[in-house]
Amino acid sequence: MSEHILLPEGSIGKQTTTLNLGPTHPATHGVFQNILELDGERIMKSSSTIGYIHRAFEKIAERRPLYQITPLTDRLNYCSSPLNNMGWHITCEKLLGVKIPKRVDYLRVIIMELSRISDHLICNSIVGVDSGAYTGFLYVMQYRELIYEIYEEICGSRLTTTIGRIGGFERNFTPAAFQKLEKFLKEYPGVLKEFENLFTRNRIFMDRTIGCGPIGAERALNYGFTGPNLRAAGVDYDVRVHTPYSSYEDFDFIIPVGKTGDCYDRFLVRNEEMWQSLSIIKQAYQKVQEFKGAEAEVFHADAPAYYLPEKKDVYTKMEALIYHFKIVMGETDMPAGEVYSSIEAANGELGFYLVSDGGRTPYRLHFRRPCFIYYQAFEELIKGGMLSDAIITMSSLNLIAGEMDA
Amino acid sequence: MLNNDIIRQKLTEKFPDQLTDWNEPYGMLTFTVPAPLNLKVLQFLYDEEELKFQFLTDLQAVHYPDRKGEELAVVYHLHNLIDNVRIRFKVFADIDKPDVFSATALYRSANHMERETYDFYGVNFIGHPNLKRILNVDEMDYFPLRKEFPLEDQSRIDKDDEMFGRG
Repeated sequence: MSEHILLPEGSIGKQTTTLNLGPTHPATHGVFQNILELDGERIMKSSSTIGYIHRAFEKIAERRPLYQITPLTDRLNYCSSPLNNMGWHITCEKLLGVKIPKRVDYLRVIIMELSRISDHLICNSIVGVDSGAYTGFLYVMQYRELIYEIYEEICGSRLTTTIGRIGGFERNFTPAAFQKLEKFLKEYPGVLKEFENLFTRNRIFMDRTIGCGPIGAERALNYGFTGPNLRAAGVDYDVRVHTPYSSYEDFDFIIPVGKTGDCYDRFLVRNEEMWQSLSIIKQAYQKVQEFKGAEAEVFHADAPAYYLPEKKDVYTKMEALIYHFKIVMGETDMPAGEVYSSIEAANGELGFYLVSDGGRTPYRLHFRRPCFIYYQAFEELIKGGMLSDAIITMSSLNLIAGEMDA
Repeated sequence: MLNNDIIRQKLTEKFPDQLTDWNEPYGMLTFTVPAPLNLKVLQFLYDEEELKFQFLTDLQAVHYPDRKGEELAVVYHLHNLIDNVRIRFKVFADIDKPDVFSATALYRSANHMERETYDFYGVNFIGHPNLKRILNVDEMDYFPLRKEFPLEDQSRIDKDDEMFGRG
């Protein structure tokens, strides 16, 4: 790349072309603007602008009771809303000191890993689309649909799920939900294998992605990379293992790592993570089935001050009515304190820094959005490469505008 | 094995009587650093053989209007990935002269995070290569996450806004 020669100074007018890639370019899969300085098709310089869908979530959250902030977290990384929802519930539970039963933890793990699969699936198939292979994308959509149907069965919505509550789930998983999960577990491995066969040893795909947008381990760490993008660079940092939450310590899984941190390695790491997620879901489902009797009906923690009581109790019991009213009207005070809690979201460490002054709403809430932090490396990653490589690099970093802008 | 006591001891040896407010909310070591010292502390935490806090997890600010002369707190979250220990420290700055040294020379990841903090709180990071607004429009002339800007009253009726069914 570096041996490319520019025309001599002042030979014919301006030597480079300025190209606006975005904010609404179809290939950027979101609202980003990149102003590229091109010499032929090679990128000499770029500068990126973000903030086109900034919605001031941190400000809005300062006036909302905790449970009303869950819908805001949906709209961070909207490809895997359940992960964000769970991250937020776990943060609240840490601040409030709510102890979660094991069965709820396992159910949460199932949901979180399903949503990790759906996120990685989109990211990897989009890398395929951007390198000219549309088939994979179209083919796997059907199986993302299966995941969305499971969400729908549990919480009623599909994309922006607002799944679960502080303390557990809004209702127990129905038998239909488990049937759909079984169907997914049965059908998906074959599909993923086929999807892999389409890409991993495909000559064209390899030529397009190997050595494209690489980043080394130290540089990636310095740039604040986390998640699959960091692991592709060779660092085995995973919040699920380093700071286990939601009983992740009960599961056996491998953290796949890459070597060069290029688009191909990122693709492989995400693929392998999907296999690991599948295995975690199987283990969790088995553990869930092992609960018998009354334990098998547990789907929320015992935290009456924060968890909405059942409707039939609200109509018949005084205490439940009071709690219901206080929660819905946002009249529950939370303990004062500051807490940082993070989960391994699909793009990396999704952190919540919550400062409470003992009032009913957070005093300050900050989202550590992995996308926002690793996007700063983008200018460096695409420098000296071709324009079409920049597109693949962008999709293989899995940049989600909603997460970046908050 | 690195733990909070060792970190605290190392820091107090290096910076005697300068670090205050030692605390451990929810297990994370938290302390306050005087504003002129923030880079020295960061550098020490980064370089020191046993500490090696080389990953900047998060950087943001909090506004406390009641703390006169130190209204803005810049909060750093650092992570030692080898021993898996996290710490948090705060730097307080006067809202009329919110100067804090930039950490961009140590952590490239601080670039966007400091721009975001500047954008919302107006913290002036000295030495930042490109300190301008990042999420808000460039023309904005205030810092919206400061507490003096309350959110709009949702039940107000004085607004002429037929598009949204009000007024």
